[in-house]
Amino acid sequence: MFVYADHAATTRISPEALAAYTATAEEFYGNPSSLHSAGQRAKEILDDCRARIAKVLNADAREIIFTSGGSEADNQAIRSAAYAGLKKGKRKLISTAIEHHAVLHTLKKLEKEGFEVVLLPVQPNGILDVETARAAIDEDCALVSVMLANNEIGTLQPVEEVAALCKERGVPFHTDAVQAVGHIPVDVRAIGCDYLALSAHKFCGPKGVGVLYARRGAPLSPLIEGGAQERGKRAGTEDLPAIAAMTAALEASVADMGRASAVLKKLQDKLIDGLSRIPHCALNGDRERRLPGNISFCFEGIEGESLLLLLDEKGICASSGSACTSGSLDPSHVLLAIGRVHDVAHGSLRLTLGAENTEADADYMLEAIPEVVSYLRNMSPVWRDLQEGKRQYLL
Amino acid sequence: MSLYSEKVMDHFKHPRNVGVIEDADGVGEVGNAKCGDIMKMYIKVEDGKIADVKFETFGCGSAIATSSMATEMIKGKSLDEALTLTNKAVTEALGGLPAYKLHCSVLAEQAVQAAILDYYKRNGIAYDESKFPCALCAHEHDHTADEDDEA
Repeated sequence: MFVYADHAATTRISPEALAAYTATAEEFYGNPSSLHSAGQRAKEILDDCRARIAKVLNADAREIIFTSGGSEADNQAIRSAAYAGLKKGKRKLISTAIEHHAVLHTLKKLEKEGFEVVLLPVQPNGILDVETARAAIDEDCALVSVMLANNEIGTLQPVEEVAALCKERGVPFHTDAVQAVGHIPVDVRAIGCDYLALSAHKFCGPKGVGVLYARRGAPLSPLIEGGAQERGKRAGTEDLPAIAAMTAALEASVADMGRASAVLKKLQDKLIDGLSRIPHCALNGDRERRLPGNISFCFEGIEGESLLLLLDEKGICASSGSACTSGSLDPSHVLLAIGRVHDVAHGSLRLTLGAENTEADADYMLEAIPEVVSYLRNMSPVWRDLQEGKRQYLL
Repeated sequence: MSLYSEKVMDHFKHPRNVGVIEDADGVGEVGNAKCGDIMKMYIKVEDGKIADVKFETFGCGSAIATSSMATEMIKGKSLDEALTLTNKAVTEALGGLPAYKLHCSVLAEQAVQAAILDYYKRNGIAYDESKFPCALCAHEHDHTADEDDEA
């Protein structure tokens, strides 16, 4: 049996997206910047995609900048707002402790350039308390950036409330919506954001393409220089087949959202209930206010990488926030931010379901995961100490 | 295609000598849960030789595989021979590890030394400290060396 349960990492391209990709690559190979008819035909496709994506997001076509993906969009939004703020003497950048590294690392770089970075803590349920944001945001802020949905624990953040606070205080607001777009309704006007980042491959589009929404009038400076594409805000010949595929994928995801999220929610409930029966484990993130399809657990006494390798042997593709799976030395900053101590955070497992997952997949995972957890616990000196009372259970 | 060599995966999936020796003559535990790996080694000594060895490991694939390989490499060896086991030798026997995983293999060397040191101490046997470079100095492997400033 093969079960792909790592849709937050990436998804399989949808038939609609693949068809749009090949059709565009074959027929509309002209450069949209070219004057001739082949170029102009490509430009029409580009304009059409821009308008369709804008429509889905409830934005204006002029507010859509095509990028190489979510990371680039996050980088550009943050840097644009930071440098525009600096010109007015604003040096403070506010975000949360659970952001994606595309946001956190950009902020870290800016901190080295002299900005003051404030990372707000989240509650133990993985959700930012609006009051924490209210107390922190002031007129000295060049930008506030809060993700719409967390990539590890799936928690939904109160972005509308934070955006309203920002508006009150004249501070630009960015949201990293990479995990949310295509999965839950996202409307830039309803959120009230100045910037929003999305990535096609998270909703069955191709890799390497994404969008930065930048509200008209929001400061925007290019990261990549060298041409007048994207109204001078992003140089480089547009990857038209990828953009067309992203557009098709987005429309298909949104059209199917109601059905898909009901299916995902059902499988999610089943998996959360089933895995909760494993002794000494805990669900990470709020049970209700999370993305449909995200299941994140910590299991005491085991380490995540060995868990993943054994699940992979059984045909299950999952992910973990353990240090050993990230190539870094600390476990996930998100798990630490919700109060999981290192010992426990190393034993984390993330399953992220997609619309193609089935009831049978969930049943199979509910059989395989407890087996592997118990196998690893049986060879773990930590688990032995816990059972013999030499160490206190944390979960 | 896999992150680890076939040999590593074999030792990870089918670890040799897993378990506990209830009446062990020496027990060594190294690493810590905070870092995400703990290795515990139990030895049974007869006629100055490691007659039996078992391990328990909390850790990643390479930590489990190196524990398993280390027990195979010291079983039946004299204590002095076992003390010469290096993490490099264990890693080589496994056909190599990814560079960022090398620090996990240090635990195996430390655990063997810690178990033998425990045996010497329990039995009041005089020992040459220079033979225990790992067990006596480093109570945990160095995590700071490969911290990436830019990460």
